[in-house]
Amino acid sequence: MSQSKQQVFRLNTGGRIDRSRTLSFTFNGQRYQGHPGDTLASALLANGVDIVNRSFKYSRPRGIVAAGAEEPNAIVQLGSSEAAQVPNVRATQQALYEGLAASSTNGWPNVQRDLMGLFGKLGGQFMPPGFYYKTFMAPASMWLTYEKYIRKAAGLGRSPMEADPDNYNHFNQHCDVLVVGAGAAGLAAALAAARSGARVMVADEQEEMGGSLLASRETLEDKLADQWVARVLDELAGCENVTLLPRTTANGYHDHNFVTLHERRTEHLSDTAPVENGHRQVRARLHRVRAGQVILSTGAHERPLVYAGNDVPGNMLAGAVSTYIRRYGVAPGRKLVLSTSNDYGYRAALDWKEAGCEVVAIVDAREAPASDWVDAARAQGIKIITGSAVIEAKGSNRVTAARVAKIDIVAFKVSGPVQELACDTIASSGGYSPVIHLASHTGARPTWRDDIIGFVPGLVKGVQACGGVNGTYALGDVLAEGVEAGIKAAAAMGHAVQTVTLPSAERLQQGPAVALFQVPHEKPTLRGPKQFVDLQNDVTAAGIELATREGFESIEHIKRYTAMGFGTDQGKLGNINGMAIAARCLKRSIPEVGTTVFRPNYTPVTFGAIVGRHCRDLFDPERYTALHQWHVERGAEFEDVGQWKRPWYYPQKRAGAVNGERESMAEAVARECLAVREKVGILDASTLGKIDIQGPDAREFLARIYTNKWEKLAVGKCRYGLMCKDDGMVTDDGVTSCLADNHFLMTTTTGGAAAILEWLELWHQTEWPELDVYFSSVTDHWATMTITGPEARKLLAEISDIDLDRDSFKFMDWRSGKVAGVPARVFRISFTGELTFEINVQANYAMHVWQTLFKHGEKYGLTPYGTETMHVLRAEKGFIIVGQETDGSVTPEDLGMQWCVGYDKPYSWIGKRALTRSDTKRENRKQLVGLRPKDPKVVLEEGAQIVLDPKHAIPMPMVGHVTSSYYSPILDSGFALAVVKGGHQKLGDTVYLPMADGQTHEAEIVSTIFYDPKGERQHV
Amino acid sequence: MSNAATFDTRTDTAIPVESPLAYSYRRSGAPQAGGPSRLQLRERAMLGHLILRGGAIVLDEAVRDVLGISLPGQPQALVQDASGERSIQWLSPDEWLVIVPGGEEFPLETKLREHLGSAHFAISDVSGGQTLVEISGEAARELLMKTVIYDVHPSHFPVGKGVTTVFGKATTIIRRPSEDRWELVIRRSFADYCYRWLLDAAAEYGVNVQQ
Amino acid sequence: MFYIYCPYCGEHREEEEFHPKGQAHIERPKEPEACSDEEWGNYLFFRDNPRGVHHEMWVHAVGCRKFFNVTRHTVSYEILETYKMGEQPSITADSQSQAREGAAVSQQEGVRA
Ligand SMILES: [Zn+2]
Repeated sequence: MSQSKQQVFRLNTGGRIDRSRTLSFTFNGQRYQGHPGDTLASALLANGVDIVNRSFKYSRPRGIVAAGAEEPNAIVQLGSSEAAQVPNVRATQQALYEGLAASSTNGWPNVQRDLMGLFGKLGGQFMPPGFYYKTFMAPASMWLTYEKYIRKAAGLGRSPMEADPDNYNHFNQHCDVLVVGAGAAGLAAALAAARSGARVMVADEQEEMGGSLLASRETLEDKLADQWVARVLDELAGCENVTLLPRTTANGYHDHNFVTLHERRTEHLSDTAPVENGHRQVRARLHRVRAGQVILSTGAHERPLVYAGNDVPGNMLAGAVSTYIRRYGVAPGRKLVLSTSNDYGYRAALDWKEAGCEVVAIVDAREAPASDWVDAARAQGIKIITGSAVIEAKGSNRVTAARVAKIDIVAFKVSGPVQELACDTIASSGGYSPVIHLASHTGARPTWRDDIIGFVPGLVKGVQACGGVNGTYALGDVLAEGVEAGIKAAAAMGHAVQTVTLPSAERLQQGPAVALFQVPHEKPTLRGPKQFVDLQNDVTAAGIELATREGFESIEHIKRYTAMGFGTDQGKLGNINGMAIAARCLKRSIPEVGTTVFRPNYTPVTFGAIVGRHCRDLFDPERYTALHQWHVERGAEFEDVGQWKRPWYYPQKRAGAVNGERESMAEAVARECLAVREKVGILDASTLGKIDIQGPDAREFLARIYTNKWEKLAVGKCRYGLMCKDDGMVTDDGVTSCLADNHFLMTTTTGGAAAILEWLELWHQTEWPELDVYFSSVTDHWATMTITGPEARKLLAEISDIDLDRDSFKFMDWRSGKVAGVPARVFRISFTGELTFEINVQANYAMHVWQTLFKHGEKYGLTPYGTETMHVLRAEKGFIIVGQETDGSVTPEDLGMQWCVGYDKPYSWIGKRALTRSDTKRENRKQLVGLRPKDPKVVLEEGAQIVLDPKHAIPMPMVGHVTSSYYSPILDSGFALAVVKGGHQKLGDTVYLPMADGQTHEAEIVSTIFYDPKGERQHV
Repeated sequence: MSNAATFDTRTDTAIPVESPLAYSYRRSGAPQAGGPSRLQLRERAMLGHLILRGGAIVLDEAVRDVLGISLPGQPQALVQDASGERSIQWLSPDEWLVIVPGGEEFPLETKLREHLGSAHFAISDVSGGQTLVEISGEAARELLMKTVIYDVHPSHFPVGKGVTTVFGKATTIIRRPSEDRWELVIRRSFADYCYRWLLDAAAEYGVNVQQ
Repeated sequence: MFYIYCPYCGEHREEEEFHPKGQAHIERPKEPEACSDEEWGNYLFFRDNPRGVHHEMWVHAVGCRKFFNVTRHTVSYEILETYKMGEQPSITADSQSQAREGAAVSQQEGVRA
């Protein structure tokens, strides 16, 4: 790294910087110095850095143009370490800190001498609008290659390759009045609203609140305006009902006054957040604000004039020149030419002159400008060239001269001789464009106003706009509008405002502006030197003209064709000029060409802030049962079922394994399956949804919502039920038990619990409010432990006082009593086909009961099993899993479950009518069958497609697919469940499953029940 | 007596119980920031939680007679008895949450059922399915702003209010029984997520967790 | 992100607490077996998709768990009213167009690109 350079463009006095302290920083590896109060941009200008980037498409050298969020060129990559990399930072918005390290985003491999520059120069003429679409579209297979190259060359910035060390979080905020932008209008509005007692939030994107007043020549109460700012901020800071958020950008304005604010809390201090009291501070915070009223006081962006060579470093916005001089103590050049269409631009020349630099000339497009500003410039002895404009900037890496000529705006031509004025800086002002971005996020269409030559926001309910965003620019008027907006907003929220006395502002006589956007050149636009409209996306006036010639008439289409206003730029500087050029070419007015609609986000937001704390361990809730710790300690592998973590299988150490090697999943599952079939296994079934149903009409309700009958289910009995949607398709299943005549306990699938409760409420609240029944979720209240297998009875008998005799406690009965000393409800239902008891206890006792079962279960070979074993065992019995055998297109009849359908129930239960539609009656519907692979060693792939003739030409007609497939340890064979067209009539047929690797499996269609077809084992 | 099954899920014997946060204490600990902590977290474990369903007029009389406090009829209302140990919270126009000292829930349910007779109502014991976490300290409101989407500003959330709302990506019931104390009622299966969320959000203020 | 007034809770709550449940006022035919396949198909599958005033059913899922109706403008997304299950809307496409007659067409309405 070389020696620091001098701040040769730093002024000796003035500005809001602290010259007593020096900060060092690097840009593209070169060391520089600046001061606290600088932005990276002002510090670069102070050091005379002209080129900050290479342009996106043509790779032309680019310098700093603006002083705020609208900056199109000075977009840098920030970060002194890999983990701290941040792309797309605007140097104009980045406060300087000690050690800041930045580099150009564009300009591979070197911003000063650029390889792409050659391509840009050669390729420029070959890169018209639509270039990417036209050139790189064919052949399609090459796109990946092109894209890689284009991206690298275009340099869109890069994300860090290491984990972000920083923390981000979200705040849910609510307020009566949200003020966006704390310039003159915003502060006045905030003051008025705050004095009413309303809850007020004020967000401002800059390092300091005050907006343009911080760099203003104007006075309030005969003092410089920044003193009024300080007083107002003091008062607001002292109000308990006011939250001030500096360094906070309102990036998105969503429905119903929901605004997202991106607060950068430490980015002005260092590139990773400092540690304080042992905690890394929060780097950025996303405020999710629900505001009663929103006051938009977002101001206006100055609009540059579009002239040839307007992208050469040294071309700047007039207002930015003033800001750098007055706020940052930097004169970004020595010799200025100002090209303006209005009075506001004059301030730059006056500030420049006061800073001790040379104003070569003010070039005013108006024939006979007359106002206090013009008089002030004349009084300073500044030369004013009227009826003229800078038609071209000369220079390559920095402006060397301005070519100035008389112009005829109406005829769009140069109307006089051209003179060349030597200078290093050209400031331009084409008036202001209100910052209507946020307003336009709401969907409100902006309105064009000829008098201010700009769009003002269309407004929706609950929004007030004031000041620059409203096209109001005179300071006295801005303040008055701000106060009025504050009063209105507070009043709308029921807060009356006490008096707000406005400070007296100077009344300067203002002359009318002229509407000038693109400046004519001696040559026609298509053949002349490039005139840039959108500097960030390298869109030229010629490009827009070409687009209109190619038939694009809507501004939305022109935008997409040329890329104008794309990406992080969002058309801040270029959109209005682009529309004006399109309007000129199409011979229409600007509002006829269209309005301009902006999208969130206003400026880039780091992913960290969007994510907040919803990352890593807190990305999504993990739901645990009361037995979770036991599963963890037992070494279970877990499966995600919805948000639940369920034990999937419990791999054991392999017998005799050195270094503690564990069983594979297949080994563990085979062992668990056999333990259940031969001894006894235990499953944590607590995740099943449980709904407590009470009321005299509970039974009637069940009969309407389930497909099967419930009229005769006696107290003490359980029944399996199937649920359909009204389209006749299966949506859930489970066992419901009759606890008392008016009291049932419904179980649902693990994943379906919340949705089924809502489903029951839906029917009760909307269609059947006359039924007296209530539903409450008791899923979490109960822990459910399933012991299953031939030894289950013996095990339970050891620790329970319930009479387990097979004749008094039958299959599909439930009983209550004590298990391990804990009150329990025990259900004799089975999902494995074995003798099964489902023990339900209050969840706080679950661990004790589970451990007691293991204490007594060892001698019976009690084996914990997970969801995979459960799936194998139930499939051997042909029991469906909703969501696996079904997919929303499967009826009970498709499943062969007519036994579970009460066709003759008195009420037309949910799903019944649909079962007689022609489509659900079709004979070739996909029906559930079993598949036995001809080769018992084959385990078919779930999802594999089934064909009848494997020799058929591709595409083969597909008749179904495998829904479940496993290896069965008890059968020592692969087996599967599948849906096959007309499958119920195809038992014994052979089908084929062609696989991606060229193999074709053969399988026989069989019954869905592979094991214990008579169902004797569960009854023992 | 309504035709519903009642079931006392508690037992008097010295059988060990585990609150919904038992696993979380072992996994994440119970941080002790010591003196300067701006936040206190305390689980009130093993309380009795009942869900009451029915018409307000029907239930009100029974609740007043049995529990000595009146049923809150206004949305989002939370009422407590003089000791603050027993509370009823409005959850919906026909649903209330009753929280009482652990062990009182079954006798309470029994008495309410006797009192309500053949009226149409429902009572569900959910004591094992949720737990109550108290939050106090000067940073409590800021912690809650990071946690729940509901507006917790005192002007909007006075003492005596309680709502069901979104907690991170889960849900919670949040209540304000007194000026300086908030309560979260969280579901057992989400308890560990909620606890880790709260510890994470609380870290910057320093937090004392009382077990 | 909508801000929805729950007619049962009596206050505005964030959209995250609600689930949308489709078009409101879809009544299940009283005698399904008396419906033709076409009538039943219309009940099951066919819904309006108006540009303008629309009536929707929502449920306050993380809240009071009650279903209710919302009259919403599908262009501006403005919620014009919410009302309880079983009640009828006071604002409809017809009532809106009558109100607009004679008055200038509102400038408030924008287009979502
Ligand atoms: Zn509600």
